[in-house]
Amino acid sequence: MNVERNTLLRVQNLKKYFPVSRQLFRTQRRYVIAVDDVSFDVLKGETLGLVGETGCGKTTVARTILQLYRPTSGRVLFDGVDLASLQENDLRKMRSRMQMIFQDPYASLNPRMTVGAIISAPLDVHTALTQKEKRERVQELLKLVGLNPDFVNRYPHEFSGGQRQRIGIARALALNPDLVICDEPISSLDVSIQAQVVNLLEELQDKLGLTYIFVAHDLSMVRHISDRMVVMYLGKVMELADRNEIYLHPLHPYTRALMSAVPIPDPDKARNRKRIILKGDIPSPLNPPHGCNFNTRCPMAAERCFQEDPEYREIQPGHWVACHFV
Amino acid sequence: METLMRIKELHTRFHTQDGTVNAVNGISYTMQAGEVLGVVGESGCGKSVHALSILRLIQIPPGEIDAREVWFNGKDLLKLNDKEIRQVRGREIAMVFQDPMSSLNPVYTVGFQISEALMLHKGMNKTQARERALELLNLVGIPEASKRLDNYPHQFSGGMRQRAMIAMALSCEPKLLIADEPTTALDVTIQAQIIELVMRLQEELGMAVMWITHDLGIMAEMAQNINVMYAGFIIERGNVHEIYHQTRHPYTLGLLGSLPRIDEAPGTKLISIPGLPPDLIGLPVGCPFYARCAFRVERCLSERPQLEEAGSPGHTVACWRWKEIDAEALRKAAGGAQ
Repeated sequence: MNVERNTLLRVQNLKKYFPVSRQLFRTQRRYVIAVDDVSFDVLKGETLGLVGETGCGKTTVARTILQLYRPTSGRVLFDGVDLASLQENDLRKMRSRMQMIFQDPYASLNPRMTVGAIISAPLDVHTALTQKEKRERVQELLKLVGLNPDFVNRYPHEFSGGQRQRIGIARALALNPDLVICDEPISSLDVSIQAQVVNLLEELQDKLGLTYIFVAHDLSMVRHISDRMVVMYLGKVMELADRNEIYLHPLHPYTRALMSAVPIPDPDKARNRKRIILKGDIPSPLNPPHGCNFNTRCPMAAERCFQEDPEYREIQPGHWVACHFV
Repeated sequence: METLMRIKELHTRFHTQDGTVNAVNGISYTMQAGEVLGVVGESGCGKSVHALSILRLIQIPPGEIDAREVWFNGKDLLKLNDKEIRQVRGREIAMVFQDPMSSLNPVYTVGFQISEALMLHKGMNKTQARERALELLNLVGIPEASKRLDNYPHQFSGGMRQRAMIAMALSCEPKLLIADEPTTALDVTIQAQIIELVMRLQEELGMAVMWITHDLGIMAEMAQNINVMYAGFIIERGNVHEIYHQTRHPYTLGLLGSLPRIDEAPGTKLISIPGLPPDLIGLPVGCPFYARCAFRVERCLSERPQLEEAGSPGHTVACWRWKEIDAEALRKAAGGAQ
């Protein structure tokens, strides 16, 4: 595969540190190290899954890609253009090509705006369509996401969580973007509704040739929807590989533990497999451990892991790992 | 095995301005001593309300609880006076809630909150209760428990708070532990820790556990029996093998089909259940799942199916067409509908 040609987005050595408010007489500034040296490519038309536990930096990566946060350092090349170096005006032009679907369908829709106004907001900013054209486009979008086009004059509170998420998807698709970042789009929905939304996202991808970055903590869902997966821990990428490769041959001890902790809805399989139970909690990103980030919980940790940060390297074509013992 | 709890025709309703919400609609089942029961369903299916009704933690009014009996270990819980039911809560039946931050009191130390129950129910003095609280924190695997005893809840991580909640629940050695989505707010690796802990304690202490969840994945590993609830009804009940391998109710099948599996083959499609759960104000005459069911026939609209034995003793299903239904049939029906 000619990777170079098909790459839509290239994230290079991305870092995002958030300063913590300065305390009196403390001269040194402290930082929350949310994203620390993350690199990966996203290919045109694929779904890249970004998975990890609370505080691993997956959402920060997503937001930094879209320049909702400006990166501390590193590059975000979207179709060859470094978004991080663009000024606001130029950036706004690029934004129509990359959109986001948010986690909380209750907080991400303005309760005072009608569905029609919500979905046409991006059209107001980025296009010169007439009122009539906008209205038609909104109705078309509602149909596309499986809602009744007559709903344009309703308000968000009249809809259920799943339906609201569809409205959020319609808004994200209004400008025919190339890249859609889905930030935990289903985690607040019930199981049966989750499947509806995921199936819709897959259908839309087939129909419109979209590229997704799918951010979630639910490993089985991420594996279901993604072509390739990035496993993050405490601001760093631990492993990146194809969805099957990472399931069949997980190389990083964290990925292995994560895989083994995912419940399997089958009593025989669930009871017969061996679980790796990790000890303790995720350390604070204010004060990450010295050496490998995972060394406080790693069952394999040796002396070297406490001194040297493992290099993130390609073990096999397309399979990247950051661990000394691979 | 002896019977620990027997519920017959439990109804819980809430009288609101918009009408009466029928949250639990005449459910009946028994639980054995030492049994691990999974109660599975989506939001609004009545799984939590039914547990709160058992402990009479529903505010009346607007709530109303009504049952033939809620028999627990020799007494009918609905007939106890306020003082007597307080003796049951915490001592005989303990509960762990979903959100450990809002169920711990932020202005008291964790040690004090655990001791409180011991002083109240076991008549211990302060020193004894504190010693026991320390043992309990050790039991649930909190590192450096003696230091942690004087910490406030905000100094604990999410997983540790849930451990503290479990320690509190176990303090009086209850016969039944009701865990209401205790791991929903936690990460998978922490969830795995909590599941392992509860299962270990269940074995060591021989208590019964009712685990309420929306996740059929977790229950496959833990439960002996499972009640699947929908719109306030138990629509299928059986042991764990019957529920996962001889599934008969279209809703249970739908739930399993909606769940992605980490071990799934590439290209697997999720089978979603179309539509939304019904409004619990004003119950349908027929089957509550009618509107979303791929197998519905006319009879389902006019007559509500009752639980009946399906194939093996103890496996019951509320569906007119259970004989024709399995995973293959659902896949076909769902494929045809799309």
